[in-house]
Amino acid sequence: MITVENITKSFDGILVLKDISTKFHKGKTNLIIGQSGSGKTVLLKCLLGLFLPESGEISFNGIFLNNMNNKERRKLRQEMGIVFQGSALFDSMTVEENIMFPMRMFTKKSYKEMLNRVNEVIERVNLSNSNSKMPSELSGGMQKRVAIARAIVMNPNYLFCDEPNSGLDPQTSIVIDNLIQEITKEYDMTTVINTHDMNSVMEIGENIIFLNNGEKEWEGSNKNIFRAKNKAFIKFVYSSEILKKAKQILTK
Amino acid sequence: MKVIQHIGSYFIMLQKVFGKFTKWSVLKNLILRDIDILIIGSLGIVAFISFFVGGVVAIQTALNMSNPLIPRNLIGYATRQSVILEFSPTFISIIMAGKVGSYITSSIGTMRVTEQIDALEVMGINTYNYLIFPKIIALLLYPFVITISMFLGIIGGYAASVYGGFCSSALFIEGVQIDFIPFHVQYAFIKTLFFSFLLATIPAYHGYFLKGGALQVGRASTISFVWTSVVIIISNYLITQTLLA
Repeated sequence: MITVENITKSFDGILVLKDISTKFHKGKTNLIIGQSGSGKTVLLKCLLGLFLPESGEISFNGIFLNNMNNKERRKLRQEMGIVFQGSALFDSMTVEENIMFPMRMFTKKSYKEMLNRVNEVIERVNLSNSNSKMPSELSGGMQKRVAIARAIVMNPNYLFCDEPNSGLDPQTSIVIDNLIQEITKEYDMTTVINTHDMNSVMEIGENIIFLNNGEKEWEGSNKNIFRAKNKAFIKFVYSSEILKKAKQILTK
Repeated sequence: MKVIQHIGSYFIMLQKVFGKFTKWSVLKNLILRDIDILIIGSLGIVAFISFFVGGVVAIQTALNMSNPLIPRNLIGYATRQSVILEFSPTFISIIMAGKVGSYITSSIGTMRVTEQIDALEVMGINTYNYLIFPKIIALLLYPFVITISMFLGIIGGYAASVYGGFCSSALFIEGVQIDFIPFHVQYAFIKTLFFSFLLATIPAYHGYFLKGGALQVGRASTISFVWTSVVIIISNYLITQTLLA
């Protein structure tokens, strides 16, 4: 579990995160949602340790990030898997090399052992026979699958996904969403997903945190979205065309 | 004020480059790849430019020797001195700042804008060491490129002088051997080694700290070329003043 307590972060004097407190649960898909510029990515990067919050605490299974020394931080980072918005695959490496990379860096496994594990995760994300392809030869959806495979190859305790559906068609988005949810259950990870895609919210939103102008305005699950009272959240939810039409039909 | 800030950040970056080292089995492959791209990949253009500029130096010297009392072997002497002292170590380095430097800036810069550096950092890798150190090591072979440049520059001068009818083969060779001071070659290689470090690190700095998108990658490549050239020219002056004056 990841606990966030009273996090504040600003850039050039502009407050981007205002006193955020929340919990991200183990074995669940935790979603951070909100419009562009609401502070989702900043919060995610604070969790990853890429940004240092000005105040507040972040703890991973009760161990505070601020109290960790460099060695402990490095160890924690090896327990994290990340799927970046643009996949962030290494251009100069093949699919196999991309997925094998964390193992080559941090384990003493033989090539054969690493290859077995790579093939295992490649199969898990339904990308068989793509080992020797370069990232530029793959479609957006396939690149996301490789990124997911790379993220889970070390059996991480935490999985972070920054806009995993960005640039994907709705069908592929659902496939990726379901894949992330299945993997979360399978590996019993704490998964944090940053998104503004309402389809993802409805599909896999087991624990949802809604950010608006850097503030947490709503927290719940996809089951109680329609009972929400927060105006900004309601406006965000119904900005989706499908939900807007669904609401019209229901009110008729 | 901003320049001082950049200089400070540059030295902090250098300190981090020699911080936590990447696993040797991974680093070895990165060094070999960089040797292939930065050194072997530059040989063609360096050879081409050196041969023809050596030829031009020889022709210019010959055409400016209007006094019949000046011995014709001066063409060989002037070509050797120009090529060894300045053309090969300094001007080839400026050309390399364009070729190798812009490659380093754009490749690291693209990794920055596509979040590949973030991905490495989150994995707990010392990205400074992973990205910049192999380039510094690969460019330690840069004096090898300059040796080829010196050799081909003098060969170019020979070809232009002899086949252009400016002096005989024997006179040119005699000129190349006249008053040879071995320390000049040492001086050239000391410069070259220093420039190789600048060629690896200044463009890497501009790529690593890049902010923005594709447009900024192009802009950073240009800025890195300008700054690498400026620092090479200034340090060339300082090294020459220290070692030869």
